Amino acid sequence: MTKRARLLMAIAAILPAAAAFWPLWEVRLGAPQYPEGLGMRIFAYTVKGIKPNDLDNINGLNHYIGMMPIHPDAIPELHYMPWILAALVAMGLLAAVVNSRRLVLAWLGVFATLSVVGLWDFWRWEYNYGHKLDMETAIIIIPGMSYQPPLIGSKQLLNFTATAWPGGAAVALGLAFVLATLVWWTSRQRRVAA
Amino acid sequence: MWRSSVRLWSVLAVAVAAVGCKPPAPAELVSGDAAKAVYVAPGQYDEFYAFLSGGFSGQVTVYALPSGRLLKTIPVFSQFPETGYGYNEETKPMLETTFGMIPWDDTHHAELSQTDAVPDGRWLFINGNNTPRVARIDLTRFETEEILQIPNAAGGHASPFTTGNSEYIVSATRFSVPIPNVDVPIASFKENFKGTLSFIKADVPGKMDIAFQLLMPGYNYDLGHAGKGPSDGWFFFTTYNTEQAYTKLELNASKNDKDYIAAVNWKLAEQCVKDGKAKAFPSRYAHNYLDPDSRMAKVEYGTSVKMLEPAACPGVVYLLPTPKSPHGVDIDPTGEYIVGGGKLATVIPVHSATKIKAAIAAKAFDGDIGGIPVLKYEATIGGEVQKPGLGPLHTEFDGKGNAYTTMFISSEVVKWKLGTWEVLDRAPTYYSPGHLMIPGGDSKKPWGKYLLAMNKITKDRYLPTGGELAQSAQLFDISGDKMKLLLDFPTQGEPHYAQALPASMIKDKQIKFFSLAKNTNPWVTRSEAEGSIERKGKAVHVKMIAIRSHFAPDNLEGVEVGDSVYFHLTNVEQDWDILHGFAVLGMTNAELILQPGETRTLLWVPRSPGVYPFYCTDFCSALHQEMQGYVRVSAPGAHVPLTANTSAKAKTQVGRLNAVPATPEHQHGAAGGR
Repeated sequence: MTKRARLLMAIAAILPAAAAFWPLWEVRLGAPQYPEGLGMRIFAYTVKGIKPNDLDNINGLNHYIGMMPIHPDAIPELHYMPWILAALVAMGLLAAVVNSRRLVLAWLGVFATLSVVGLWDFWRWEYNYGHKLDMETAIIIIPGMSYQPPLIGSKQLLNFTATAWPGGAAVALGLAFVLATLVWWTSRQRRVAA
Repeated sequence: MWRSSVRLWSVLAVAVAAVGCKPPAPAELVSGDAAKAVYVAPGQYDEFYAFLSGGFSGQVTVYALPSGRLLKTIPVFSQFPETGYGYNEETKPMLETTFGMIPWDDTHHAELSQTDAVPDGRWLFINGNNTPRVARIDLTRFETEEILQIPNAAGGHASPFTTGNSEYIVSATRFSVPIPNVDVPIASFKENFKGTLSFIKADVPGKMDIAFQLLMPGYNYDLGHAGKGPSDGWFFFTTYNTEQAYTKLELNASKNDKDYIAAVNWKLAEQCVKDGKAKAFPSRYAHNYLDPDSRMAKVEYGTSVKMLEPAACPGVVYLLPTPKSPHGVDIDPTGEYIVGGGKLATVIPVHSATKIKAAIAAKAFDGDIGGIPVLKYEATIGGEVQKPGLGPLHTEFDGKGNAYTTMFISSEVVKWKLGTWEVLDRAPTYYSPGHLMIPGGDSKKPWGKYLLAMNKITKDRYLPTGGELAQSAQLFDISGDKMKLLLDFPTQGEPHYAQALPASMIKDKQIKFFSLAKNTNPWVTRSEAEGSIERKGKAVHVKMIAIRSHFAPDNLEGVEVGDSVYFHLTNVEQDWDILHGFAVLGMTNAELILQPGETRTLLWVPRSPGVYPFYCTDFCSALHQEMQGYVRVSAPGAHVPLTANTSAKAKTQVGRLNAVPATPEHQHGAAGGR
């Protein structure tokens, strides 16, 4: 790989570190009674309300439908996701340092797998929150109704419109993937040309 | 005071109407675009917050301008069952005085705190007229947070006007009384009765105190205003009853051709006090302060004030002769002109700050009263507005060189020019205005767009409501050469004076809820698991939370007839506008209204055995009607065990809301198993 390609790979490798600062995903809730909106930001390591008490208030509202409260500490993924991302950064940097195009490919493979598994896992959590309701303590019971928030886009859940979209860290991850793919692809063409 | 003289004024007004030309019919005065000028579309905000004194309601009402919509009543000196102010244990101390707990007062003058002689949006001050007190209202909470009683005074009318940086607010005694107040014949007025002008340190919340009092001749002190610019460092107070009448004042206090405006050099007074020229004067007075974290008020009593006699501090006061029982004393934005409102005068006299200073330097005195020099009228007067109307009372300014004065008897607002003293415009009011208000109109920088006249008589302005009518405020557009009537709207109590500021100055500083984490009330209950009941002799303390849509605990047993039951409720919500209320069947008390995150305590003494329901009184959620509970009351000595159970439903919610599941598998498994 050229020096430039290696530098780009290093940048791609560092980009997932954005997850230390920015959320992976954002879910916003709006309702007639909540003109100011409620929302949460899902980070690699925790879930935070957009406003200081939003998470408690969302949990407070969810008790009406029997939804499990969201307790970030009780979600194991949030404990090991930072390590996975750190490993991803380390592996990407290694590929740049040892100048291995195969390692770049391996990195892309791991990255793609993790992304698919991660999104599926996120979807599974949303599914469980939305479907596995505690009917014993649910106050509002509508037969057949489930409350799974959307993975991306908007959905009406009773009086709330839930909207979800990727956060800054997800964008950085996407960029990292594109960049590394580009590095891998352009390096191959150079070699063929040589 | 105005109500009593209404009849006389009305007779005079009729006489004036008979000789003058017929005033135009109201409908002719409103031009076509008035509706548009005051229409604030749903969801839109008004331009100004206006704080109107409630007069005999004892409160402050907050209106939005230009729409005239009522936003809120802020309880100050009167108990307010609507929220429990003055009824619950936390706020009862706010109404304590050396006379005991007083459930009512008469508010007159709203005064915004200032920085560099311009309203700054920190606080609103308001006076209690009957039992002299001043209150501070915090403008991030719209709540009374401090009340100071003024000793050695009676009728705190000239209050609570502020100095340019709210170093001091003042309170002058309206009634002269024996000082100290002792048992003497009323006929000994001239020997024994005195007035006081109090300067109150006001710039630190929780630390309001009497800085010093100035002992003055036994007159009635009416209104005041601080100087600025060339009059900076001076405070002006109007006096009437310089005749020192003590009976039939209507007649006997209206004899002198001129009364006085007292000009007080407050910076010199401050220096004299610092130099030890004031005497310690034993005085008992209450200071009540609501701590912002515990949200509990407590009372402290002062024992002494510094009393400064003018003779001990030469040059601290001068008297400016001013025609006919002056009421308002208003200082124009530049600080040069001091406008007297002689309510029985035929002119509006305007003193000049420059001329006052020159007169003092030249010793242009016309004798003295008890060592206080009286300046010559000709030496201080800057001009007189001729034929302004009848009964000039109060003046405010638009910052463009114009002054606006209310005419109580001829029922109009008169616009005139500073310097040339010519009358530029007049607009009828409906009827008999007292104060008028231009946002910032008594300050260095008025927002001279609107003028609000506060009328004392309403008569036929609205749909009639029996013998007692709301008073009426009228909004004028003063942005052009001519005043344009835009709107009138009914008001609560008797708004004497009002102040207003642009909404943008305070609207984004509003707190949305109180932080539960910062709640330092000793009876705070932060979670359902902490709810409890305990007995200390005849007192039973219940710690209870309120959250949508239940109380916890909600079943209480073991209470006996004659117990003092203290319900310490905490609203554990941390969300905007989610309030809860609390009331018990048969309680001889007002309800509690709980803002999110705050703790409030209701005292209830059950008088007969039985089961007493309680419920949430503020419609909080879809299941508000389910938000209730029961207290079992047994006969004295029944020894039913003291228990505070939560309902089965609340119990499971306790577990769900507070316990953190160990693993998601457990969580999902539990849910899946059901």
